[in-house]
Amino acid sequence: MSRQIVFRSFLVLMLASTLAVAQTDAQLRFCLHSDPKTFNPLLAEEDSSETVRYLTGGVLMRLNRMTQDLEPELATSWKISDAGKTITFTLRTGLSFSDGTPFSADDVAFTIQQMMDPSLHSPTGDAFRSGDGKTVSKVLTPDRVSVTFPAAIAGLDKLFDQVAIMSAKSPKKEMAVLGPYDVLEYKAGNYLLLEKNPHYWRQDAAGKQLPYIQTVRLDIQSNRDTEMLRLVRGEIDFINSLDAEYFDKLVQQNPALVHDSGVSLDSEQMWFNQVPTSPLPDYKKAWFRSTNFRRAISEAVNREDLARVVFRGHARPAIGPMSPANKFWFNAKLQAHSFDQKSALARLAQDGFRLQDGVLKDHDGHAVEFSIITNAGNKYRERMATMIQQDLSGIGVKLNVVTLDFPSLIERITRSFDYEACLLGLIGNDLDPNSSQMNVWMSSGENHQWNPNQKAPATAWEAEIDKLMREQATSLDPKKRKAAFDRVQEIAWEQEPFIYLVNRNALSAVSPNARNVHPVVLRPQVYWNIDEISISNEVARNR
Amino acid sequence: MKWARNIGIAFLVTVALACVLADFAAPSYARQFRDEPGAAPSRQHLLGTDDLGRDRFARVLYGTRVSLLLAPAAALLSSFLAVLIGGSAGFAGGWVERIIMAATDLFLSLPWLFLLITVRALLPLNVSPVTSVAITFALLGCLGWAAAARVICADARSLARSDFILLARASGSSGFRLLWRQVVPNLRPIVFAQFWISIPVFILAEANLGVLGLGVAEPLPSWGSLLRELQSYSAITGQPWQFVPLILFVVVVSCFHLVLLEQESPA
Repeated sequence: MSRQIVFRSFLVLMLASTLAVAQTDAQLRFCLHSDPKTFNPLLAEEDSSETVRYLTGGVLMRLNRMTQDLEPELATSWKISDAGKTITFTLRTGLSFSDGTPFSADDVAFTIQQMMDPSLHSPTGDAFRSGDGKTVSKVLTPDRVSVTFPAAIAGLDKLFDQVAIMSAKSPKKEMAVLGPYDVLEYKAGNYLLLEKNPHYWRQDAAGKQLPYIQTVRLDIQSNRDTEMLRLVRGEIDFINSLDAEYFDKLVQQNPALVHDSGVSLDSEQMWFNQVPTSPLPDYKKAWFRSTNFRRAISEAVNREDLARVVFRGHARPAIGPMSPANKFWFNAKLQAHSFDQKSALARLAQDGFRLQDGVLKDHDGHAVEFSIITNAGNKYRERMATMIQQDLSGIGVKLNVVTLDFPSLIERITRSFDYEACLLGLIGNDLDPNSSQMNVWMSSGENHQWNPNQKAPATAWEAEIDKLMREQATSLDPKKRKAAFDRVQEIAWEQEPFIYLVNRNALSAVSPNARNVHPVVLRPQVYWNIDEISISNEVARNR
Repeated sequence: MKWARNIGIAFLVTVALACVLADFAAPSYARQFRDEPGAAPSRQHLLGTDDLGRDRFARVLYGTRVSLLLAPAAALLSSFLAVLIGGSAGFAGGWVERIIMAATDLFLSLPWLFLLITVRALLPLNVSPVTSVAITFALLGCLGWAAAARVICADARSLARSDFILLARASGSSGFRLLWRQVVPNLRPIVFAQFWISIPVFILAEANLGVLGLGVAEPLPSWGSLLRELQSYSAITGQPWQFVPLILFVVVVSCFHLVLLEQESPA
């Protein structure tokens, strides 16, 4: 009996030591689709740089991608005061940057000062620019720091999820980091190697320092086919974001690899040009300004088919500006517009349109024909446009699909306004409407695509949206903010300046070798808990 | 090699006939059978369906018709421009030739693909698919004359210095009459060759534009849009019938070259 106990204990010890070796020697591999443009976390704005920032940057608080709640990281607590203008952080003590430089409140103040410096043009800082005036950071004690912005910022604390703290004193500058990994080696066009930060502050429940994985190798690989083949061959451990086509292909080969995490924040939508100065004939401007016309077009589009055929079922009909994936901000009272061509024709009849020999004509006899532009090379959008073309032919509308190279498309929708309708998508990164939706819904916004940069709201409903957006942006009461933005969603649903088509699902593929991976809908879908991910022993030994 | 030419001609004629009869032989190229996207070949859909459930056999036939009809039209346009520009330059000689050929060299040095993309972006948006395809090939024709013009210019120059032209001049023929009655007929073999060479070039050019998503507008098919389906290796593995447009494209272009080889071989 005692021999058995000794033998079992020996086995357990052997297993534990093997696990320890595997976890400390292991390398996680995945692909970036382009070289990171910068290692400065304050300048990151494209996918690759943001990935590096996420893996290396230490932040004051982190949005838990699974629960969508804010969790303390470098700051143990924080308090918003001064009617939303000031936030005061209490920091963890005894922490160091990856090069051993001690971390203190000075580093937070330095990072904020850098981020808000207009000469740096930090994309991260843009979300914090609330009004004219200076942002003041005050170091209260070595572990307390307050930041005061010129005007109140709603959802201020959540914005700090993107702010990686930089060292004020380290000679390594932005390469000294507080996140789980730091940059070990970079070969442009080839790979980026990250190593475990020896000074990373987090520990697991057993007191073991995180992260478990020693190195992360990010191969620069723009070809999606190659990326998929490498995953199947076991050369990489996951693909963070998959297209529906690749997803289905992988399902056929190895269903255990793929994960459909459900509807994501990304949306695909179309809109009509309502710019009064656009070079369109007056009768077309009148069509596009008509709520009945927009609602009719929306009802004539079969969103279920778009989701089923174009996205192979890995999408769902979109409802409005917020995807159901946004647990707090989505207005659950709203439903997707149903496909109903009879109702569409009835709405059009209210505006004097009539169907004559299969052709829809307005009250002056103009046949309803318009073009929709989308970016060339995006097969999903091209397919959606082609399906919409067939759907609209059912109510006698002739739609011409035009694919343009991206710069030409941007020129038309932002400067010349020489287009009729446009089909594009929106990548959803932020949950809070204050950071992601202000520029879209304010009539003065640049991204108010159907009629941007208005001096005064062109319609009563746009004026109401402006008022509600200001309300939600200045209120500190989450309930009031939610009520205001719920109403914005209702107006958007009623008026349909954007005809929301589908929300894509968050699709990913993960090798069975990777442990403790729980893909979610928020970016980064797969490695959001990078410091808790480990690799199976066998793979770790072979690498 | 006469047998090879005959085979080439026979194949081209067969394909052309099939395309002409597409209206009777296949269902609509645009109709979306949305319950059968990406279907395998069946009695109803001989080459299966594409990602939107459209009959691929019908799309191949109509796409071939578009490319086979309009590529020669574009070749005709570019050959006409080449004769006009290259012929005039070669016949005039001197500083006129130098200026025209310098302009031609400049035109040749332009990155044609980017030029096409730019010119296409400037065109009106609200045009039907049929107009869009005509515009695409007209653009190809208008931009594709330069290489042929250089060849024709060289030939026209040597013709202008030949004895029979000297004799024609001595007989009182001059100017446009001399160009039209004496030079152009003698340029015919080289123009004909340039015309045949241009056809596969324009087919390829449209295919390139189509692969970039900038070719013929939906729902009208063309070889370019059909070849786009082959862009993703993952999408086509296990579906060999998707290669039919590619095979047809390669064989047709090869047949054009066979015909051309025979034209170029000494009589």
